[in-house]
Amino acid sequence: MSVLARTLRSPEGAIGLALLCLLLLMALLAGVIFPGDPLAIVGPALLAPFQDASLPLGTDRLGRDVLAELVHGSRASLTVGIAAAFVALTIGALVGTLAGFAGGLVDEALMRVVDAFQIVPSFLLALAFVSVAGASLPVVVFAIALGAWTGPARLARAEVLSIRERDYVAAARVVGMRPLEIALREVLPNALPPVLALSSVIVASAVLIEAALSFLGLGDPNIVTWGSMIAEGRNVLRSAPFLSIIPGVALMLTVLGVYLFSEGLAEALARRKARG
Amino acid sequence: MRRAFLLVRRRLISSIPVLLIVIAGTFLLLEAAPGDAVDAYLLSIGGGDPVLVQSLRESYGLDQSIPARLWLYVSALVRLDLGWSVVFDRPILDVILERLPNTLWLMGSAVALSFGLGSALGIVAGARPGSAADRALSIGSLALYAVPSFWFGLVISVVFAVQLRWFPTSGIETIASGKEGFARARDIAWHLVLPVSALGFIYLALFLRMMRSGMAEAWRQDYALAARAKGLARSRIVVRHIARNALLPLVTMLGLQAATMLGGSIVIESVFAIPGFGRLAQEAVAGRDTALLTGIIVVSAVLVILVNLLVDITYALLDPRVGATEAAA
Repeated sequence: MSVLARTLRSPEGAIGLALLCLLLLMALLAGVIFPGDPLAIVGPALLAPFQDASLPLGTDRLGRDVLAELVHGSRASLTVGIAAAFVALTIGALVGTLAGFAGGLVDEALMRVVDAFQIVPSFLLALAFVSVAGASLPVVVFAIALGAWTGPARLARAEVLSIRERDYVAAARVVGMRPLEIALREVLPNALPPVLALSSVIVASAVLIEAALSFLGLGDPNIVTWGSMIAEGRNVLRSAPFLSIIPGVALMLTVLGVYLFSEGLAEALARRKARG
Repeated sequence: MRRAFLLVRRRLISSIPVLLIVIAGTFLLLEAAPGDAVDAYLLSIGGGDPVLVQSLRESYGLDQSIPARLWLYVSALVRLDLGWSVVFDRPILDVILERLPNTLWLMGSAVALSFGLGSALGIVAGARPGSAADRALSIGSLALYAVPSFWFGLVISVVFAVQLRWFPTSGIETIASGKEGFARARDIAWHLVLPVSALGFIYLALFLRMMRSGMAEAWRQDYALAARAKGLARSRIVVRHIARNALLPLVTMLGLQAATMLGGSIVIESVFAIPGFGRLAQEAVAGRDTALLTGIIVVSAVLVILVNLLVDITYALLDPRVGATEAAA
């Protein structure tokens, strides 16, 4: 039985995958379901949900369609979550491999840099970086990755330290491969799987950090994000709490989907290992 | 005690280069920002003539090269001088020290809540792994962990402050209440209930899950089997043998989470309008006060180092094996 089928058999995995598929569909089809600008004014202001069939989730302070904003907002969360995790894992794996493989002074210096990044709150770092580089989607992605690469780096280094003593690395050295070539072609691919296991946690925290940044008004101002929707709804929190509550629920379901799926996947992999 | 002392000394020495990297890195990052404090100041007063600009830059030392200014910054830092805040027109250290207690109260209470309640619920879940209580708590904690803390803060403020009016919506104390001593402490505690819950409940999930998995692991150990074979009461096994051993990794987690929690308090302080350290970071960003932002990052790094030091000492006191080899040497 494949890992995917095993994952789907556990309730966690099935629910998680369903949530993630729904999110992916929303993000991919946003332009098809709601072709216009989600920030366009389409109706009366502050229409409550379930009142008008054409505006099922109501409208915000400016009369914008909440459902259209919600569907388009999934793009920002998904893009930032995946891109930030990708950047963080890439930087982390490279730095960790280099540190573990080079050893000595290089290792010492790189690990002190990792320590330095770990003692600065990653949200504070992201805040400072966005304020310096200006709020745009790539900057937000990089700002989040800046606080998330240390975990993968530590793990990759630990893996490399154990791998570099293996026979096939010695064999590669005998064949005459250059150290950098051995590090990237022999060691890194084998050190990668445990590091990749961190990706779900990083995606989840990246989604949450992006939401918090745009809640504080430090997200890309030209796109809809769930965090900025919550911030916008906060202005009318007493009279129309649904404006803040709806995007928050979407955020929670997204992060929950990531956690549930990764839990189901981990369980499936553990069971396969136990049998195999 | 000697063990703990040696540990502290080693940790302090090894954290100096790390702190230097943080300082240099932050300084260079914020140096790359377009415009400096003088530009921000000129913008706020509506511009000025070039002579004024020149004299301002000179008085702040902004006309020198970057390495020279980094050196100036570090040497001032050694004398505990973090520079001058343009936004507040006061020494940065004073501004930070004024705001820090509010954040420390918020964080300290949130840590106590999440650690205390989290490990207690973790014991309930881990006492019988696989039971109904265990599954309910596992799913509940996962859902809680997926909630954005600032949104959770907004929701509980709508329910408990706006609708039910049990707690105040914002601030750290009643403004100009003239309260003193115990009455003032009670007032502050009252204001802190919602923000502490917002920050603490999110991390509660983490401690609960760690405690639970640690206990599930401990049940599989031989000593658990031995305790059961001896015929000890189940409650005694849970508390004295299983939970006790699962508690140690949570202490380590406390140190690892210090930085994350400090970051989380930035948003929570914004939601509840608490004039703390996190709000200060936001005000520094809004006012383009790079010197203040640098100071905030450096102080938060020092805070995280100190928290980890405390955790290390606690750990050494709890686990006699830690640092024993060094003390013997």
